[in-house]
Amino acid sequence: MLKLEKRPQPSKAYAYTTPFLAVLATMFFGGLLFMALGKNPIEAILTIFWEPLFGEFAFYYRPQLLVKGGPLILIAIGLSLGFKAGIWNIGAEGQYIVGAICGAGAGLAFYPMEAWFIFPIMILAGAFGGWVWAMIPALLKVKFQTNEILVSLMLVYVAEQLLASMSLGLLKNPEGHGFPGSRNLKDYPSAFNEEIITGSGMHWGVLAAFIAVIFAYVLLNRHMLGYSIRLTGEAPRAAKFSSVNPARLILFCLGTSGALAGLAGMFEVSGPAGQISIDFNVGYGFTAIIVAFLGRLHPVGILFAGLLMALTYIGGEIAQSNLGLPGAAIQLFQGMLLFFLLAVDLLTNYRIKLVRKEAA
Amino acid sequence: MDFSAINPALLLASLLVAATPILIAGIGELVVERAGVLNLGVEGMMITGAVTGFIVTIETGSPFLGFLAACAGGAALSFLFAVLTQLALANQVASGLALTLFGLGLSSLMGQGYVGLKPPASPKLDLPLISDIPFFGTVLFSHDAVVYFGFALVACVWATLKFTRVGLVLRAVGENHDAAHALGYKVVRMRILAILFGGACAGLGGAYISLIRVPQWTEGMTAGAGWIALALVVFASWKPWRVLLGAWLFGGVTVLQLNLQAAGFAIPVEYLSMSPYIITIVVLVIMSADKSRAPASLGRPFHASS
Repeated sequence: MLKLEKRPQPSKAYAYTTPFLAVLATMFFGGLLFMALGKNPIEAILTIFWEPLFGEFAFYYRPQLLVKGGPLILIAIGLSLGFKAGIWNIGAEGQYIVGAICGAGAGLAFYPMEAWFIFPIMILAGAFGGWVWAMIPALLKVKFQTNEILVSLMLVYVAEQLLASMSLGLLKNPEGHGFPGSRNLKDYPSAFNEEIITGSGMHWGVLAAFIAVIFAYVLLNRHMLGYSIRLTGEAPRAAKFSSVNPARLILFCLGTSGALAGLAGMFEVSGPAGQISIDFNVGYGFTAIIVAFLGRLHPVGILFAGLLMALTYIGGEIAQSNLGLPGAAIQLFQGMLLFFLLAVDLLTNYRIKLVRKEAA
Repeated sequence: MDFSAINPALLLASLLVAATPILIAGIGELVVERAGVLNLGVEGMMITGAVTGFIVTIETGSPFLGFLAACAGGAALSFLFAVLTQLALANQVASGLALTLFGLGLSSLMGQGYVGLKPPASPKLDLPLISDIPFFGTVLFSHDAVVYFGFALVACVWATLKFTRVGLVLRAVGENHDAAHALGYKVVRMRILAILFGGACAGLGGAYISLIRVPQWTEGMTAGAGWIALALVVFASWKPWRVLLGAWLFGGVTVLQLNLQAAGFAIPVEYLSMSPYIITIVVLVIMSADKSRAPASLGRPFHASS
């Protein structure tokens, strides 16, 4: 009979290997899924994980890795701070949308003026928008102990309606012949989030993501606030006895994750997406939850997890056009990854022992 | 703007219809939470139920089989959650989120060939005589069987929790799992059964949306109903009858805003569509002042280490 025995301390070795185990398990069961859909599983897996990096058209796909990974990493870094302390912001999608609306709105307010300060103002506006949206659940939790999970999630639906309203109303392109959607920021140089190195996919948002990784690392390892976050998550009782202020922690974690999600939205709307439109958001805010866990809530882990997840997005698109694999299959594939990740975590905290049944 | 287009009897009747999915999903989640488990995957289970119910109804032509399949589909998905949280002792919040993300992907994959089809209509349970009573007949007695099943379910859950041994054990497991374990009750088994029940209810609620309320299949059609059902449990302070009350409130808001949209009310459509979610937040704020009723072991993992 199998029996679980709690480890006195989480196993370090397993903490590092379980993400790889989860990815392998997902590939295996994902392969089965693709087989059930009538595709060659090995070909499908290779298309998703190999083609974008080393295939024939890799020169086109590699920059996409940064374009898609940037927002995922930026959002996931913010989320991981809260998740570490048991503060669950799952409404990053909403903060992402509001950040994009505020950023684009701030830029378009200056149209058609050209000036160097417009883009920095947009960055501030985007971060502010996301921050405000996240402060709603934060303040409600601090003041009324309202569940931040439900409130932040409800605000995603509110933000989606706000997005629709903006692209049909206030921010609608006056020269757009009545089509919904704002002016395209690609045609407005002062507000356009240009690639820093042409053809690399490296835009200002990706740079911001890398900076966020470094900041989070320093915060968690070298700073008192980061220590409080880790203490609250790992030993809530000890945190209560030491001088950790829970309200401050909630405001900081939710606020930071909101601001980073808002930034991600702003960089996306001013760069790769180009405009505010009804279907602007594609679920980065939710996928970032998977990224945060896949990276084991560690900044460097999240960096790699974000790139891997970006790979599944790109590979999924290739598989969609080349093999006719349904787009939803990739979404399912990503969900599966989170499942396996949570399941194999068992090995980190418990030892599995084979015991012979004794006579009672 | 034309308010005369809004017929109060039809409004109340459609309120009951709008309330049914979240009522059924909510009462299922209530049982799960009373057993001490927080399953945030209601949205994922609902949409899986919606799509399985829809597919089976289209293929067999029988809404009844469709609803049964929806229950099975929701329960099957919740079994994944049960394995993760009860056997692999994974974090419940994260597992619930995983369930939702997985369910959304699974449902859109399964439902691909079924977009735009129309399911056979579910028969209305027309009670002869009393459905002809002028106002009340329309409001109360001209619905499909699932609406009445929802009421019966609330009554059953209430009675089971309050008067039976199973209910007592379930509540013991939810309030203090260590004490329940010491008394020899099977904590993990009880919780897995509760999770499966919650999954079946969520699946049924989802199928009600795709088969009767809308009725057709579109991706992501539950649109947050699962999360509203979760909020409903908090609103109800974990008491079955209050779930009914809450479901009517949310059903009422939904129906009212839809009617106002149709009547061309001066507020833009998008802001009216926001209202159910905003009201949910407002209600959560009001209700969260009283935390005393939450089951004491809610969300805490159990491992019989001794």
